[in-house]
Amino acid sequence: MSNVLALIEVSHRGGIAASARGLLAAAATLGSPVAVVVSAGPLADDDVARLGELGAARIYSAASAAAGAVLVSPAVDALSGAVDAYEPAAVLTANSVDGREAAARLAVRVGGSVLADVVQVRSDNGTVLARHSVFGGAYTVDSAVEGALPILTIRQGAIEGQAPAATPEVSTVSLEAGTGGTAVVEQFNDDAAISGRPELRTATTVVSGGRGLGSSENFALVEQLADTLGAAVGASRAAVDAGYIAQTAQVGQTGVSVSPQLYIALGISGAIQHRAGMQTAKTIVAINKDEDAPIFEVADFGIVGDVFTVVPKLIEAVKARSN
Amino acid sequence: MKIVVLVKQVPDTAEERKLDPETGQLDRGAADSVVDEINERALEAALRIKDANKGTEVVAMTMGPDDAAQALRKTLSMGADSAVHIVDDSLSGADTGRTAATLAAALRSTGFDVVMAGNESTDGRAGVVPAMIAEHLQLPLLGSLISAEIADDGVRGVRQGEDGTLNVRAGLPAILTVTERFPEARFPNFKGILTAKRKPVTTLTVAELGVPAGQSRTVVLSVAERPPRAAGRKVIDDGTAANELAEFLVANRLV
Repeated sequence: MSNVLALIEVSHRGGIAASARGLLAAAATLGSPVAVVVSAGPLADDDVARLGELGAARIYSAASAAAGAVLVSPAVDALSGAVDAYEPAAVLTANSVDGREAAARLAVRVGGSVLADVVQVRSDNGTVLARHSVFGGAYTVDSAVEGALPILTIRQGAIEGQAPAATPEVSTVSLEAGTGGTAVVEQFNDDAAISGRPELRTATTVVSGGRGLGSSENFALVEQLADTLGAAVGASRAAVDAGYIAQTAQVGQTGVSVSPQLYIALGISGAIQHRAGMQTAKTIVAINKDEDAPIFEVADFGIVGDVFTVVPKLIEAVKARSN
Repeated sequence: MKIVVLVKQVPDTAEERKLDPETGQLDRGAADSVVDEINERALEAALRIKDANKGTEVVAMTMGPDDAAQALRKTLSMGADSAVHIVDDSLSGADTGRTAATLAAALRSTGFDVVMAGNESTDGRAGVVPAMIAEHLQLPLLGSLISAEIADDGVRGVRQGEDGTLNVRAGLPAILTVTERFPEARFPNFKGILTAKRKPVTTLTVAELGVPAGQSRTVVLSVAERPPRAAGRKVIDDGTAANELAEFLVANRLV
């Protein structure tokens, strides 16, 4: 069975990134998963165990003094070494800020081709096929690479399931400091709130708020409904631009794309750019006081009304029914 | 300082965008073509440096069909000094790899201290071309910045990461990509529109750039259009809508 590399991101605080599960699951669909990890020191036993649980048959552990201190380049060096060592059928990275830069540089370095923002993978007689969800889910496009190494960036949260657990065989290499221009990391500024809420990209329910909430204080209403439903919190670009919530919560054309079972839009007009990030949700609910808001064109259940009246009642009603 | 801003003409996100079901390529007739908003923000950042330091030269560069000249014209009317248009029939449908190789060759011949681009286009959304260019040119990339300070001795910026931000820096020459946290772009004024007509636009072909004539290696195998969503129930709240919604959610096992 051919090898498939998966670039595993590690937080600067240590710990395997959440994207690892989907990457290794996709790699297992295509072949034998090889986890490629860059760290400053030897890989922690916990990380090895975790990667085994997630299905890594092998781990290519690259130790580099530049890990965490230099942007992306150490990951490219590690991937490039692993491509030589394992002659993979494909390389997978997360479609994250770091992952796609690593994929892009690797493609140039080893003569591969990038298939970007992939939501599903399969293998057809040894050819790696990638599925993309384009223009906010308006189109499904299947693509492949001809005559070069396929390098896929996998949309975070898109791959379901988990590869069967394995006991990984670990190879350790140490990376030389790279040549060429590099960008240096001076400082990490972590987001303060690591909330107990589900992650936006993979949540089964998402409650989003828009400009209709009116202020960051009022935005708490969105969070209250989200907590009642065990949902993740999202926002329209208008709400992010107005400073009601952090940019990482932005759903839409230029933010996160979500496909939950239930999407509830509060005070969101539903501009086409917002719909591009959520219209593949299974069920859409919208509450907005503007009867003509475009969000109602895609809502399975729409309420024309005041969010400040309807949502508190909804919270009560849901609580009453779940008791 | 010479700043080259990479610009892409894209279908307006405010309209319905379409793919050609046969080729999987963009249906350019379906929506108006505009300069991608994220590129306008990159240009705005370059123009602010020029506003503060008159010695700065700002060049807009695009690769695209003949009508992408309109996009360049807009960048000139906003304040770019000159423009470079890579136009060649053989580039139609170029994938990210071929696009990056071509742009890298054009950047080499144009020369620059800083290249600025958007973090991802609103149509392709791959977000890989600037990093590919950086690899071709063996340059640092400061990608996905929410702010940047560009000086003669280097660039400092704040990068939007997955769990927070990072303070990053690099020497020059360097490539930067901006996110939509960068300030909105200015509108062209009347004087800008008039002077844009006199500003130089260089056109370059693949042969002139000496880029290998290799074809794109990514292929689209199939394209399927998703049926549009139909609107469902819409109720006007008379005080009972919240209960009705709660029943709907329970009936559909959504809570």
